[in-house]
Amino acid sequence: MAAILEMRGIGKSFPGVRALDQVNLSVEPGEIHAICGENGAGKSTLMKVLSGVYPHGSYDGEIVYDDQTAAFRTIRDSEARGIIIIHQELALVPQLSVAENMFLGNEVASGGIIDWKRTWKRTRELLAKVGLSEAPTTPVGKLGVGKQQLIEIAKALAKDVRLLILDEPTAALQENDSAKLLDLMLELKAQGVTQIIISHKLNEIRRVADRVTVIRDGSTVSTLTRDEITEDRIIRDMVGRDMAHRYPDRTPQIGEVLMSVRNWTVWHPEQPRKIIDDVSFDVRRGEILGIAGLMGSGRTELAMSLFGRSHGRNIEGTASIAGAPADLSTVSRAIEAGLAYVTEDRKELGLILEEPIQRNISLANLAGIASGGVLSAGRERRVAEDYRRDLRIRTPGVNQRVMNLSGGNQQKVVLAKWLFTDPKVLILDEPTRGIDVGAKFEIYTLMNQLVAQGHGVVMISSEMPELLGMCDRIHVMNEGRFVGELSRDEASLERIMALILQSEGKAA
Amino acid sequence: MSTTDGEVTKPGLGAQLGGHLRENGMVLALLVIVLFFTILIRAMQGVDFLSAQNITNLFLQNSYVIIMALGMLLVIVSGHIDLSVGSVAAFTGAVSAFLTVKLGWPVFAVIPATLLMGGLIGAAQGYWIAYWKIPSFIVTLAGMLVFRGLTLWLLQGQNIGPFPREFQAMSTGFLPDFISEGKPNMTALVMVALAALAIVWSGLRGRRSDAAFGVEPEPAGLFWGRHAIVVGALMFVGWKLAQFRGLPNVLIVMSVLIVIYAFFTEQTTTGRRIYALGGNEKAARLSGIKTDRLVFGTFVNMGVLAALAGMIVTARLNSATPKAGTGFELDVIAAVFIGGASMSGGSGKIIGVVVGALIMGVMNNGMSIMGIGIDYQQVIKGLVLLAAVIFDVYNRNKQG
Repeated sequence: MAAILEMRGIGKSFPGVRALDQVNLSVEPGEIHAICGENGAGKSTLMKVLSGVYPHGSYDGEIVYDDQTAAFRTIRDSEARGIIIIHQELALVPQLSVAENMFLGNEVASGGIIDWKRTWKRTRELLAKVGLSEAPTTPVGKLGVGKQQLIEIAKALAKDVRLLILDEPTAALQENDSAKLLDLMLELKAQGVTQIIISHKLNEIRRVADRVTVIRDGSTVSTLTRDEITEDRIIRDMVGRDMAHRYPDRTPQIGEVLMSVRNWTVWHPEQPRKIIDDVSFDVRRGEILGIAGLMGSGRTELAMSLFGRSHGRNIEGTASIAGAPADLSTVSRAIEAGLAYVTEDRKELGLILEEPIQRNISLANLAGIASGGVLSAGRERRVAEDYRRDLRIRTPGVNQRVMNLSGGNQQKVVLAKWLFTDPKVLILDEPTRGIDVGAKFEIYTLMNQLVAQGHGVVMISSEMPELLGMCDRIHVMNEGRFVGELSRDEASLERIMALILQSEGKAA
Repeated sequence: MSTTDGEVTKPGLGAQLGGHLRENGMVLALLVIVLFFTILIRAMQGVDFLSAQNITNLFLQNSYVIIMALGMLLVIVSGHIDLSVGSVAAFTGAVSAFLTVKLGWPVFAVIPATLLMGGLIGAAQGYWIAYWKIPSFIVTLAGMLVFRGLTLWLLQGQNIGPFPREFQAMSTGFLPDFISEGKPNMTALVMVALAALAIVWSGLRGRRSDAAFGVEPEPAGLFWGRHAIVVGALMFVGWKLAQFRGLPNVLIVMSVLIVIYAFFTEQTTTGRRIYALGGNEKAARLSGIKTDRLVFGTFVNMGVLAALAGMIVTARLNSATPKAGTGFELDVIAAVFIGGASMSGGSGKIIGVVVGALIMGVMNNGMSIMGIGIDYQQVIKGLVLLAAVIFDVYNRNKQG
């Protein structure tokens, strides 16, 4: 059968990063084709190339769709040809009704005046196709995420979809909503709609996909047919095997327990559900403890709730640091108790970009450069210069604004800020996100130095190889719970993924 | 990422001096405007714009704008705005008049009571803004209406006055000459000279500490040139004031406040935290800074300063009037933005605000003397505000 879509030799560069390099993808009419890969492997970039978000000419390679070379310049171009993409973050307007959302930008109108009767009639027909019976006038915000996802699909059907792309459609869904969505996918397939699904959930892929293409580091690794699809095979292709020498060596010298957390439970800030459920763990002196989990598993929420209750509500559980009960009820008390939290988003949550390096470093410990509430500019500069030297922050001077620094150097400034609070335990959330390979190695080396100096480090990362390469011990997290613990020797990607998959949907 | 970790981004000399350039530019602009009016008014009307009396008037007319702008800077740096200051000044002025004239309270009791009133008003507005996250624009817009209305109610639509001499002294009094009698007023000269010395001394101290920590210091020529201009201007103003009635009390109060607020914003932990909060509230909160409390505090402070300004205005007019303070909020906010504060918060300096307020004040005064109609005055002031902010944005974009 001739392919409906052929993407050949696709390459796409961003400043400093080669996001895609030689990606090949072939999709046959009427199939469900899954795309797998780690976070950052290039899946979403590939779909943006396909749908015209990155216009023709901004990427290398060739796209053949329906036997014609496709040169989409905008999303509208690709939609006109029946290619519709449903993103992970839903693109619905919560205040508008189901019908208004369904035909947003595509209104049933003549001469700019909306024909509401026809709009509602067609909305009802489309809702029926996806198994919903909501009134067309219901505001979308009143519906659950599962139903919203189905409305997105109905919206795609309204546009005469021929190739439907679903980017992690079940990431935010509960188990039974996910099952419904997968059933709908199979039904659409029976009606002849070709579909591409991007998903982390390998059990779902096995259930619906006819073929799987695995992408790693921006290149196609393999395309597996239905009989070849096994979780082991997909994981092996996703991860690859060249992991030597990406991480500096360290001989762990692990001491007594520095921080212990018991029965930590956190509720969602708005919804009546637990986002962290009865989590307990210890961090020891000189140890790097990893927390592994997929996006949305609750890793960041755990760290934020520990650090001054900066996330969630009704927080229960106890924590102690260096043997004494720790009061973590506000950020300043958590800092006082010896905890530091390096956020996953350094630009939004970690730095004041407009301000110079020295002022960012002193921010969390202004008392350390002041006496009686009066700042000493001299002490501030001396502190900044010390960290600049120790952490090798590359800058012409500590009075440079941090916005002028590269990602790796910005991350070092954030680390310096927290080291200056003299913490016992540091929680590093995605410490190497968005920085290049050389800078990553430097951050890893710094982490090794920190534990060698007797700190305890908790490392949260979406990049499993990084956790495997750096951590002495790994807790696996899924759906807000710790679902397994692996020592350095036991830990492997396969085992982490297996623990996640086994726990899937078992939450109460 | 725009740069790789291997290379170092080195901004040009222009960018490094950018901060200095802006401040120098504002002072320069002020001087140019003063010179412009001096020449024009001399040529057209044969009157001395820089007469002792007019300089004294300039300070008396603008003191309240500068005083409120000090507080407004903190509000704007923290990422908020206060539209109510004109109404609050009117209301607190009316309260002080009521207490003094109707109830016969002595001045030493009226002043603290009125300042307390201002603080309470600031707290009442700050509470909703800081702890309920109601946008400050809306809360203070409501406050603007509420306190204007309360002023009308308290005054019953009439003026209250006149005041006893001690109350008027707050605004129209002068520091007596302790040292000599007659002209020139030696006390004024000595105090201004001391102030000039203090400015040079603190400049030198900053330079020394720059050198000690290996920071590229400002070129010596630029440093001395700038200080020569500032000291020269100061001594000229002092000399002129000494020829008239000496230092106005208001000028002294204002100068002390300027020094305190400059110190607070640049040298104290609390001041630093306000800038951090305005620069990135989330990052500040995750660094252990109690952002809610700080926002609340800036509004309380604003209320107190508005009350002080309200009393000064009332004392100057020698009566509390229902229309006092109308439009003050715009002058004050304009002064802060002309002075280089950023709308999004996180930046702005006290000295810039003072210069910004003086630019507005000199223009008001100069244009009035020239007999330019209020219609054109408004247009010109609006364009100056726009130009100053465009200049700022342009500079910032150029620096990237």
